[in-house]
Amino acid sequence: MQAPSRQLDPMSTLPNIGASSGTEPKTAADAAAKLSADNLNFFYGNFQALHGISMKVYDKRVTAFIGPSGCGKSTFLRTLNRMNETVRHSRVEGEIRLDGENIFRIDVNDVRRRVGMVFQRSNPFPKSIYDNVAYGLRINSSLSRSQLREAVEQSLRRAALWDEVKDKLHQSAYGLSGGQQQRLCIARALAVNPEVLLLDEPCSALDPIATAKIEDLIFQLKDSCTIVIVTHNMQQAARVADFTGFFLMGRLIEFDNTTVIFKTPNRKETEDYVTGRFG
Amino acid sequence: MRHFVEELEQLKTKLLEMSSLVEAAIQRSISAVIHKDKSAADEVFRSETRINNIEIEIDEFAVNLLALQQPMAADLRLIIAALKINTDLERMGDLAVNIAQRARSLMEEPVIKPMIDIPHIAGLVQSMVRKALDAFVTRDAELARSVLASDDAVDNMRTACYHELVSFMEKDPQNIKQALDLLAVTRNLERIADHSTNIAEDVLFLVKGVDVRHHAEARAH
Repeated sequence: MQAPSRQLDPMSTLPNIGASSGTEPKTAADAAAKLSADNLNFFYGNFQALHGISMKVYDKRVTAFIGPSGCGKSTFLRTLNRMNETVRHSRVEGEIRLDGENIFRIDVNDVRRRVGMVFQRSNPFPKSIYDNVAYGLRINSSLSRSQLREAVEQSLRRAALWDEVKDKLHQSAYGLSGGQQQRLCIARALAVNPEVLLLDEPCSALDPIATAKIEDLIFQLKDSCTIVIVTHNMQQAARVADFTGFFLMGRLIEFDNTTVIFKTPNRKETEDYVTGRFG
Repeated sequence: MRHFVEELEQLKTKLLEMSSLVEAAIQRSISAVIHKDKSAADEVFRSETRINNIEIEIDEFAVNLLALQQPMAADLRLIIAALKINTDLERMGDLAVNIAQRARSLMEEPVIKPMIDIPHIAGLVQSMVRKALDAFVTRDAELARSVLASDDAVDNMRTACYHELVSFMEKDPQNIKQALDLLAVTRNLERIADHSTNIAEDVLFLVKGVDVRHHAEARAH
């Protein structure tokens, strides 16, 4: 066997490829901005968790946020529907616009109806499956009993859960599996017809089959809804998202088409993170 | 992660071993033609099996990395480039065998003319192969681009050789067998040059993340 005559270069000398990155994906030109953040800062007391985030979330597209724990991605997600305001001593600077309107000037209940949220751990109410989905509808509208039944069915169908629960709608939601409970929470969020759905690590407690169902669901929902997902699973971001933003230490380092982020990222920090060389 | 980095290094080392074998085979095949060196030709035939085996090893290793590590970004591009370069190298090894076979045939007869053009083409082709592989190792995009720029020169030299050899055949049918062997040598050398441009293109994909094949880069702008 002949010995290789050339010297190997270390991976660490990899140059940054491409031009310096912006935060406006090239191929997003045809998509309208559903949400846009402009120089957003967020503070927990004296601690600044977000630094000057400016970006657009495109209409009827899936946007994923990735980054290490504590990088600010979930904080930013919760800012998008003013959920962070429930945290004491928190403060926000800058603007977030929903269809061009500053969300801090819209009634907070309207913001949260238009921008729904599903959390990491499924959190069904201690009620029946039916009542879980009907809950928001009963508060937000005055539907007749039959209209309510129809809306519940439609939401469960949109969440790809109807066939599994149609015969036990009045049983406790706690009897469902973890994956079913998460889809129930998605159905509950969908019931009030949100324009944007925020998903905060929705699959982190689910097995691969349940995860695949949620991912299929995300794919179907983006025809009618704008979706933002925070995930620790980079393969998941790569599979479901049209656009991906990489956060690090409270800053949005790079935001681009998902293929760019995972194939040819422009920033060294992104490259290090997606190739697992971070830290 | 550290384990994965080591595995990527192993992949590169295997590819370097493959490239050394192929470069040596090309060098020996040319030497067999120019210097009528029978032992060089025999060495080319002997190395073919090793080249074929290592091609399979590299493919299997790279596919396993794709399946088990789900690489991203530069790692993904490295594995994809390695797979493609591997295929090109194996083909270059086959072409060296073709040249060595023609060399054996050429050894049976006295030369019809002194060999001037073939060593010239061979030198340029070898330099393209060397630069393409150096560009891969050092991730040098400029060096890779210089390989692409040489391809036309090889094509032009081969066309000139073709016309000259045809004229030899027209002069005397006795020359036909030898001229056809020499034509085959130039054709195989030109194909080796084509494979080295493929490698250079893969290096540009690896380093810059751009696809320059078939002028794809120009179309994208």
